[in-house]
Amino acid sequence: MSGRRLPAWADLTLVPLANVAAAFFVSGLVVLAIGENPFTAMRLLVAGSLGTLEGLSFTLYYATNFIFTGLSVALAYRAGLFNIGAEGQAYLAGLGAALVCLSWPGLPAVVMLPLAVIAAGVFGALWAMAPGWLQARRGSHIVITTIMFNWIATSLMAWLLVNVMRAPTSMQPETPSFAAAAQMPKFDALARSFGFTVPSSPLNISFLLALIAAAFVWLLIWRTRLGYEIRTLGANASAAEYAGINTTRVIVITMGLSGMLAGGLAVNEVLGVQNRLLLEFTAGYGFVGIAVALMGRAHPLGVVLASLLFGMLYQGGAELAFDQPRITRDMIVVIQGLVVLFAGALEGMFRTPIAGAINLFRRPAENPKA
Amino acid sequence: MDFDAILIVAGSAVRLATPLLCACLAGLWSERSGIVDIGLEGKMLAAAFAGASAATATGSAMMGLGAGLGASLAMGLLHGYASIDRNGNQIVSGMAINMIAAGLTALVGAAWFGQGGRTPSLNGDARFSPLLFGLDGLTLVTILCAFFTWLFLYKSRFGLRLRAAGENPAALETAGVSVRRIRYAGVAMCGLLCGLGGTYLSVSQAAGFLPQMTAGKGFIALAALVFAKWKPIPALFTCLLFGALDAIAIRMQGISVPGIGAVPVQAIQALPYVMTVILLAGFVGRAIPPRASGIPYVKEN
Repeated sequence: MSGRRLPAWADLTLVPLANVAAAFFVSGLVVLAIGENPFTAMRLLVAGSLGTLEGLSFTLYYATNFIFTGLSVALAYRAGLFNIGAEGQAYLAGLGAALVCLSWPGLPAVVMLPLAVIAAGVFGALWAMAPGWLQARRGSHIVITTIMFNWIATSLMAWLLVNVMRAPTSMQPETPSFAAAAQMPKFDALARSFGFTVPSSPLNISFLLALIAAAFVWLLIWRTRLGYEIRTLGANASAAEYAGINTTRVIVITMGLSGMLAGGLAVNEVLGVQNRLLLEFTAGYGFVGIAVALMGRAHPLGVVLASLLFGMLYQGGAELAFDQPRITRDMIVVIQGLVVLFAGALEGMFRTPIAGAINLFRRPAENPKA
Repeated sequence: MDFDAILIVAGSAVRLATPLLCACLAGLWSERSGIVDIGLEGKMLAAAFAGASAATATGSAMMGLGAGLGASLAMGLLHGYASIDRNGNQIVSGMAINMIAAGLTALVGAAWFGQGGRTPSLNGDARFSPLLFGLDGLTLVTILCAFFTWLFLYKSRFGLRLRAAGENPAALETAGVSVRRIRYAGVAMCGLLCGLGGTYLSVSQAAGFLPQMTAGKGFIALAALVFAKWKPIPALFTCLLFGALDAIAIRMQGISVPGIGAVPVQAIQALPYVMTVILLAGFVGRAIPPRASGIPYVKEN
């Protein structure tokens, strides 16, 4: 294998780029197959997501969800844990936030919002710590358990919203609207209060929270003792045990933090946009986190960049579906799946050809006899 | 509940269990050969769409079955390529297949038929009709598949090799058998069985395809597989049990039980998942997966 070694810079740039390019190439073929022009689609997608201030703010709003769920998956991944449960954890986090907002509707915003955010984090963390504990102490595979917990969350929340928390006057399975104090400050309202005229958008300060969370995750992983333990556990679980790391503790705490990050999705959706708890508000964003984490190579900066790309896909995809009705929003899910396939499962596919290409250019310099 | 009602619930339990059993046996073939597959859901969905589309186009349910089997087999082999030849992460690959199937079926369905992703309604020869006790051929074939799986797995040389690939692939390779070939056979069988289950959903149980019509059945099948401890005959009974739970949940909707009150339907629906978590954690009994499942086999040089 010595001749196929890949320099680090190529591993961090060329390989992910080749993987994403392959995903988009196949997506282009899909667009072609349903009888549309992939280049027109691409142009509409970029214009729809970045071309206007409104499009851009929607892109950042979607990206907020993906940063949170992407960080959630990435952090657990660093510890060698595959958390497929971000969707269910975010769902439960929404319950935590809603309980605060509905129980004490009279609180002022400065108390209500931090309390609701903390409740979201705690509920998300608890829903993730249970599978973590089961993995650490009972040996249940975390992938299976988190999948099961997603479905249990779906049933639990459906029951709560239909039978317990529904507004008495409403037929919809959703809670009454929260008090105005429970609304995360929105950027459009902030800009208007300074006298700017801006289009309405759901973008709110959760976006800043997401960026802070990304910085926090970076610090945690590379600048703390716990982060060192997380990385050791991820690299070699038995070595971590041998080195005296309490693996149960690290697994449970890591899953707790992972679930807490997933809770950010509820903060953005429930507190930032909907202002009430409703059925299936997670809308699959938890699963996008897996694609984002894989594409961002489980690095916080990579997660933020991948989230921006997926934010563009979601916003641009909505515009695209409006302009070209044959390309429905399901196209985004296809692209997402292809990214997971090429950047995840087939991750090594282009490594050998890229190494070969690099060696081709290198050989004369490294081999003086030639 | 009188006798007639019990018969109705029993019949609907078997019909609801059929796609679960297909997917559960599919997972069994794959995981027993050492390849973890959380993409059962996606393969069934792809088969449901391909089956209904082909049945619509040709007017023949059998052509639908062929297309369903083919589509699911193709996705199974893709999973096999990623897991066996590329040593990729099997969970990630299964995830990818679920996403691609969910997106592609809805997208292509909307583009082809222009009915928001559904296929036109199937009737006459384009849909499987009941043969025996209100059950159609696919259900009967599925139940037979459980017995054949048992026979192959425990009474044939091939079955022994398949189990060895999932428990100790290095020993199998030492015996001169290609682990790669056995595992490909496992994922191919997995693809075919998911194809059967998916086609059943859209060409027999329902009269056509609806976007996301598998609605988590692939994951209940995964739960059933754990519950059955990766064994074919227990898989049959677990799927019948889960099918019965589903049938009872439908029947109990809005009915008040004396002494308990109305049982929430969601509680019955969550039961398979809760039971699986408890079993997997070893609080009651213990479910242990095939030892080498999920680990790519890299041949020593």
